[in-house]
Amino acid sequence: MNETSGNSGSATTSKISSFVILVVFITLALSLVALIFAAAIVGKYFNVGNDLTGAYVLLALGILGVAICTYVLIETRRRLSKLKIVVPPVMTTIECRKCGVKNVRDFQRGDYIFKETEPCQKCNDKMLITAIYREVKEKEKERFPF
Amino acid sequence: MTLLGAQTKLGQFGSSDWSWVLNILFYVIFIVFIFYGQRIQMYVMLREVEVSLYKLKFIKEEGRKIAIETIKEIGKPQTDPTEKVDRFLEYFTIGPQNLDPAGIVLKLEHILDVRDTRFKDEVKSMAPASDETQVNNLENTLEAASALNFIYKVIRHYYLLGKKTLSLYVIMQIQMILPLVMREAEAYASAEKAFAYGQPIGDGAGALVAGKLMHGYETRKIAKDCVVATVPYDGRTAFVIKAEGPGGNVGKPGDAIKAVIEENEGKIAMVVMIDAALKLEGEELGEVAEGVGAAIGGPGVDQYKIEETLVKYHIPINAVVIKEDVGDAVSPLRKEEFDSADKVLVRVKQVVMEKTKEGDKVIIAGIGNTIGIGQ
Repeated sequence: MNETSGNSGSATTSKISSFVILVVFITLALSLVALIFAAAIVGKYFNVGNDLTGAYVLLALGILGVAICTYVLIETRRRLSKLKIVVPPVMTTIECRKCGVKNVRDFQRGDYIFKETEPCQKCNDKMLITAIYREVKEKEKERFPF
Repeated sequence: MTLLGAQTKLGQFGSSDWSWVLNILFYVIFIVFIFYGQRIQMYVMLREVEVSLYKLKFIKEEGRKIAIETIKEIGKPQTDPTEKVDRFLEYFTIGPQNLDPAGIVLKLEHILDVRDTRFKDEVKSMAPASDETQVNNLENTLEAASALNFIYKVIRHYYLLGKKTLSLYVIMQIQMILPLVMREAEAYASAEKAFAYGQPIGDGAGALVAGKLMHGYETRKIAKDCVVATVPYDGRTAFVIKAEGPGGNVGKPGDAIKAVIEENEGKIAMVVMIDAALKLEGEELGEVAEGVGAAIGGPGVDQYKIEETLVKYHIPINAVVIKEDVGDAVSPLRKEEFDSADKVLVRVKQVVMEKTKEGDKVIIAGIGNTIGIGQ
């Protein structure tokens, strides 16, 4: 059924602020530089007696920066991908009241409950739309003790 | 300074030097947060509202697009309906003055009738090739698009007002209700698609039950957009009422119930109303509950008329409701809601059997938007 399929987001409404992107990439670059410095210092002075606090601070700052930038980028991407109206497929059930033949198909414009449709292939009696509904597969529900 | 030089200098920094740097950094952050904490919090809130506003704009634009495309597809207009649709989206209704509340319900009814006629005329002029069912569906589609447009404009108003005044309280109140507003907007977006295709919606659960009861029996028009069927019901006579389907409308069940009661000179043993009701979080979708009173939503005109008539003739009223949330109420009918219709039929039968005797007359009214549901 193509009538009830979702639509994707438009480019005009989903743009991200270029300032945010700039800040994220500068932070990312600085964090990577901090990580490189930290690695170099550790490599150079890794002897007993040398104070490596500076390297550890740089390492922590670098990891923190990379983590924050990655989180912001993933969040932005997730928000953009959410910009769509998704409607799950709607099904129409058609039944023959005489011989009980049941047929489930995608909803078509013009269908309504209690509408008489095409004749039954088995007994040639008129078939009736008995149900129109959508089935939603729910995610695993969070368990509450109440 | 070369990269190697920088590394060397950083490497020569002792732990006491670093603790100084970190101490100063901590104090700077502390002082900044003392003076600018609220402002930073405000910018974070504004950003959150802005992101939602982008989403609302997208939903609103999609809604408008769906409405225009549906009108073009069904109504086959000679000219482009875009301008008329845009005008429709800006329509407003002014409620009656309530300084003197006497007679306000009838004034409200009059305004709603005028609004309904005006909307139908507009839709007919936009979509000349559409039949009555399609006009009703298109009207519902446009109303959903109009609701989305209104939500977007209100949120935008508070966002811009907050930005202009930099008032934390203006921004805070809109940010706090934003999750609920977004839920409602998403529900309307989903509803618009259902209206455009003529699919039954969750709100029509009551009409579905009535349709199941009256299917196969002769129906007649009893009030505006409402039909009634006389159905034998285990030794009783049931007058089953619902809005006339399959077009999207709720009819005037207040007038319909009043008309049936007056036709029978008040000799009605009981009225049972069936409707969809908002569920609380934690309740199951499609849960069936029973109670007393007029189960009907809307602006209150129909509830008033039903209660007036029932008081006049001393008729008891019972209600059976199907629980669903606001999103499900305006989205295409879910399987759980559809399956509940059979459970409601059992409950209604129980109520009628327990509270009436053989030969009695009862009214069973299925309330709700009957889009996609015939009779």
